[in-house]
Amino acid sequence: MRRTASAGDFLDRNADGAGVTTLQRVRLPAPFAGLFPGTPKMVEVEADTVAGVIDALDARWPGMADCLRDSSPKIRKHINVFVAGKRVGLDQRLHPGGDVFIITAISGG
Amino acid sequence: MSERVLVLIGTKKGLFIAESDAARSNWTLNGPFCEHWQINHAAADPVTGTIYAAGGSEWFGPAIWRSTDFGRTWSRSSAGLAYKEGEAPVKTAWSVSAVGGRLLAGVEPAGLFESFDGGDTWTELSGLRDHPSRSEWQAGGAGLILHSIVVDPDDPQSVFVGISAAGVFHSADGGATWSPRNSGTRCDFLPEDQRYPEFGQCVHCLVLAPGNNKRLYQQNHCGMYRSDDYSAQWQSIEGGLPSSFGFPVAAHPTDPDTLFLAPLNGDSAGRYMPDASAAIWRTRDAGTSWQALRAGLPQENFYSTVLRQAMATDRLAPAGVYFGTSAGALYASADEGESWTCVAPHLPGISSIETLTVPA
Repeated sequence: MRRTASAGDFLDRNADGAGVTTLQRVRLPAPFAGLFPGTPKMVEVEADTVAGVIDALDARWPGMADCLRDSSPKIRKHINVFVAGKRVGLDQRLHPGGDVFIITAISGG
Repeated sequence: MSERVLVLIGTKKGLFIAESDAARSNWTLNGPFCEHWQINHAAADPVTGTIYAAGGSEWFGPAIWRSTDFGRTWSRSSAGLAYKEGEAPVKTAWSVSAVGGRLLAGVEPAGLFESFDGGDTWTELSGLRDHPSRSEWQAGGAGLILHSIVVDPDDPQSVFVGISAAGVFHSADGGATWSPRNSGTRCDFLPEDQRYPEFGQCVHCLVLAPGNNKRLYQQNHCGMYRSDDYSAQWQSIEGGLPSSFGFPVAAHPTDPDTLFLAPLNGDSAGRYMPDASAAIWRTRDAGTSWQALRAGLPQENFYSTVLRQAMATDRLAPAGVYFGTSAGALYASADEGESWTCVAPHLPGISSIETLTVPA
């Protein structure tokens, strides 16, 4: 039977990341196409935490961080970040070469 | 010189702009703008014509939007529109003002920010939240919101704000220091012997009368008021009105004695116009007497609310008056309220109305 790794399993094994690129593949929320014209659906950034991913995105597209995290600082209430199938927070460490999904949650009316 | 009028319509799903020539009989509607974000308030710099829209997204937080071409293109910034780490974050922007090259933005939880670069970056005027009453401010039904910003055009350092439910505050030094200005306004929601506190009133909307005569008006959760001494003391002007409850108030552009209100039937009676019959009420004598203006408005089955920022006048003569409903209908009068037409019946719920008059 195929075992699906937990986020913790997946992330902690290579947590030191020594000598390994920290490139992350990041899927951006669909509404960013309108808010940040020209952004692709998927980008690659260098980071080893979710907070680092958001900082890297903001360096490329100023203002993007404010859209994803509040001043608490926390990931915004209606934004979900998934890594290895689990919702994670800003402090989550990332496995090099991982996939980060930033998705708008159910909201509105 | 011919002119055209733009009505800025903040809604739950973006900003719309209705536009007409000076006759104001035929309107075109453009929008929605601002990527369908909830726009709580939009206002224009009367000198430059730049439009600013204050709002927020449940997903992406607060922002102030800007258009320098009457709505064709937009940019947006939230840089600096935040409290310090560890504090309750800014949820959304509720109001914006552009006077004399300075922008002011009110937010939820209640606070005030300023910008000197057209809204690219914002800095909190922390003196307001440093006021010793701050710990006792209570949220109203819409949250703890700073919804009214009134800058005296004859003295831009003089700023009034309305906070639900903390009351009216005034700064004479541009926003560095503040004092409550609620004397004479009551709190029916407090015990009988405590109904006139220094602060804590639920002001709903605040306007400055034209003419540099130190007169202000406010619609409060608990009554309608006028101040003839720059808010040092308020007098009730609700006599002759069908209720003491409502949200917006709109000043006439040139006559300080003329005012428009939209009384609702009461805070616990449904919050629609009395008898479900639409009327805007006008005074020509600073609140001594009132006249119901109904021509062209629905006179039965009108169960809409008109929210606190959703009525405004334009600068033409005779003045145009505009109001929007929570059900998404925009009504306009080109004759100071004598007659009305429905300009747009099916917009998203309307949060705010402001106008901009520009050369044709």
